[in-house]
Amino acid sequence: MFFYAKREKFEFDSKWWTLKEGVNAGASSMGMFDRVKAGFDSLKAGLARTHNAIMGSVESAFTGESREELLERLEESLIRSDVGVKASSEIVDHMRTKLVGKDMEKLRECLRDEISGILQAVERPLVVDRSPFVIMVLGVNGVGKTTTIGKLAHRCQSTGKSVLLAAGDTFRAAAIEQLEGWGKRVGCPVIRQAQGGDPGAVVFDAMNAAVSRRADVVIIDTAGRLHTKVNLMEELKKVKRVISRELPGAPHESILVLDAGTGQNAINQARLFNEAVEVTGIALTKLDGTAKGGIIIPIARELKIPIRFIGVGEGIDDLRDFDAKDFAEALI
Amino acid sequence: MLESLSEKFRKILRDVRGQGSLSESNIQEALKEVRLALLEADVNFTVVKDFVAAVKEKAMGKEVLESLSPGQQFTKIVHDELTDLLGGTDSGLELKGRPSVIMLVGLQGSGKTTTAAKLALLLKSKGRNPYIVPADLFRLAAVLQLKKLAAEVNVDCFDSENMKTPADVCREALRVAGIKGYDTLLVDTAGRLHVDSSLMQELQSLKEILKPAEILFVADSMTGQDAVNTAKGFNESVGITGVVLTKFDGDARGGAALSMRMTTGKPIKFIGTGEKVDCLEVFHPARLAGRILDMGDVLTLIEKAQATFDEKQAKELEKKIRKDAFTLEDFKDQLQQIKKLGSLESILSMVPGFSALKQAKDIKIDEKEITRVEAIINSMTRKEKQDVLCLNASRRQRIAKGSGTKVQDVNKLINQYQDMRKMMKKMKSAGPRGLRGMFPGRMR
Repeated sequence: MFFYAKREKFEFDSKWWTLKEGVNAGASSMGMFDRVKAGFDSLKAGLARTHNAIMGSVESAFTGESREELLERLEESLIRSDVGVKASSEIVDHMRTKLVGKDMEKLRECLRDEISGILQAVERPLVVDRSPFVIMVLGVNGVGKTTTIGKLAHRCQSTGKSVLLAAGDTFRAAAIEQLEGWGKRVGCPVIRQAQGGDPGAVVFDAMNAAVSRRADVVIIDTAGRLHTKVNLMEELKKVKRVISRELPGAPHESILVLDAGTGQNAINQARLFNEAVEVTGIALTKLDGTAKGGIIIPIARELKIPIRFIGVGEGIDDLRDFDAKDFAEALI
Repeated sequence: MLESLSEKFRKILRDVRGQGSLSESNIQEALKEVRLALLEADVNFTVVKDFVAAVKEKAMGKEVLESLSPGQQFTKIVHDELTDLLGGTDSGLELKGRPSVIMLVGLQGSGKTTTAAKLALLLKSKGRNPYIVPADLFRLAAVLQLKKLAAEVNVDCFDSENMKTPADVCREALRVAGIKGYDTLLVDTAGRLHVDSSLMQELQSLKEILKPAEILFVADSMTGQDAVNTAKGFNESVGITGVVLTKFDGDARGGAALSMRMTTGKPIKFIGTGEKVDCLEVFHPARLAGRILDMGDVLTLIEKAQATFDEKQAKELEKKIRKDAFTLEDFKDQLQQIKKLGSLESILSMVPGFSALKQAKDIKIDEKEITRVEAIINSMTRKEKQDVLCLNASRRQRIAKGSGTKVQDVNKLINQYQDMRKMMKKMKSAGPRGLRGMFPGRMR
């Protein structure tokens, strides 16, 4: 009975949204089109910028002096891409043993092998192999969790799977409405409660709804939290416990969303989220800017968490499977 | 980074004393450590290079002072130089024009909307009459988010819901502000990439409409090497007047701030220190310098203590100690003062090297300890609080039961209290100077 009442509330809210979108429809769709177009242009430009980032700067700084100088330039360039001091110097040390001479093409080849070698070990696309398949989405504030969920929901829907979203971010103002907006755009239901409520209760509802509605995929949004906040990490553990209690074996995937612009702190983020709830996949977002996302390399080396997706824009289709070769090619 | 940087300097420069002055050869190692620390703190590579060169120049030829160890002296040079480059003096907002407009710009997810509400609250507390203007019509529910936050800080918010473009929002908001008499407009804009030329164009046109007194670039303190490019991009296309550094309550060392400051020349004005609306602080260069170098944030700790410890209470306490009448009740008061400073964890994190120590030894801080002590004291009768000597075994057992603790806990507390009194007696004999040092409230 309790559950039924909640669902009714949800139906009502979704209608409220429809109404509102109707009023605004003309204006927002216009703006939307422009934005999507602009986003597409910038994506093209963005890829060109990221492309050749490391080798480009090595080439321009290298004076042709010696092999040692070449390797030094390379190390500098890796650090500039957020690969970090430790990983950069280890990569360069490893290449020192393999590289003969100071030929630029050989260096490029050697670097490509090195980086795609590291990344291939974590290239494992997400396989949705059961129903319901429960995905929990985590991360610090502002990395793009909700947007990633929207894109992911769209991907699942377009492969014929029915998706259910759970508005587990009950803390931030209007986070629920933001997710509902995506639900509307993608065309999938959103389980929600009021702002300030218990995320555990939302998840409880969502798991029951998933079973009764026979949803194929359940995607759970969580509030952004800094990995150093002990009580918020405890809350996350609790959310996970509720999920597994309601549906043994779930969550089947816990995706950590990382911002490609983040520096060395991303390693700590990955480490602490992993310790708290065992991260099974990473989504690297905002790769359409000038940030290279090199931080993913030390994370791949140290934590070996599979990288599932990359986000390359604000559009609904801008979520791609992670491809180690392509990524390495774009990075170097 | 398990060892604090100043500790490393101490070890590296231990032998310099004999040599009389700092020279290129004897600071080489230390400079390497500076470089490493800055790179690990996400300071941009080029900026690091320039910085290390500057420190080298400053340090070379310096005579080693008798009063400082070479390590200390080098630490001071590095810290001072960093503080200098981060901004030297603190700078607030410059609010000219009426209404004066503050525009918030930045990448997606940097924290513009939250900062808008925090700034509104801050300005309101300074006696201004702010008006929040949501001009992010793109992101889902961004307008609603700001509306809710505005209600939370009790500041009026422009209704952007039915507006077509951000430019319309700005024009209309200016008109309304003129009629209703708001003196400060806080305009939240949509997150965008600095390389998205059409969206940067849009910002320029908003700037022309609003003629803002301040354009604040809101940036995530966890940003990596790319901070240079984004800050430069925004500065070149719209001309920022300052930076707000957000999410500073995590464990990022915040080196991006130095990169941004060096590439744009614009001051860092505020830092966001939490998700709540009152978590916005004025930026202090010296503190960030300490954090980037992982040398702790002792200054903040001292200031916080000064703000919290009530001067009058401190005076009273001093009198009591003088008369040797410091009771358990006073002890409890002291604990409550400490609690006001924040969680033990956050206090300790400001102590140099603590973060490293905590990671290395996996220290868990028991926040409940203070609560437990309070419970024990609360379970005593007035007589017991005044005079611990009357606490015999059966009284102690009763107190333990009443406070849900063990007799050992009660014993421990009483021993600690008696040690403290002994210490106070000693200090009393050292004269008023010794006492004053104990209570930061008296220092002003």
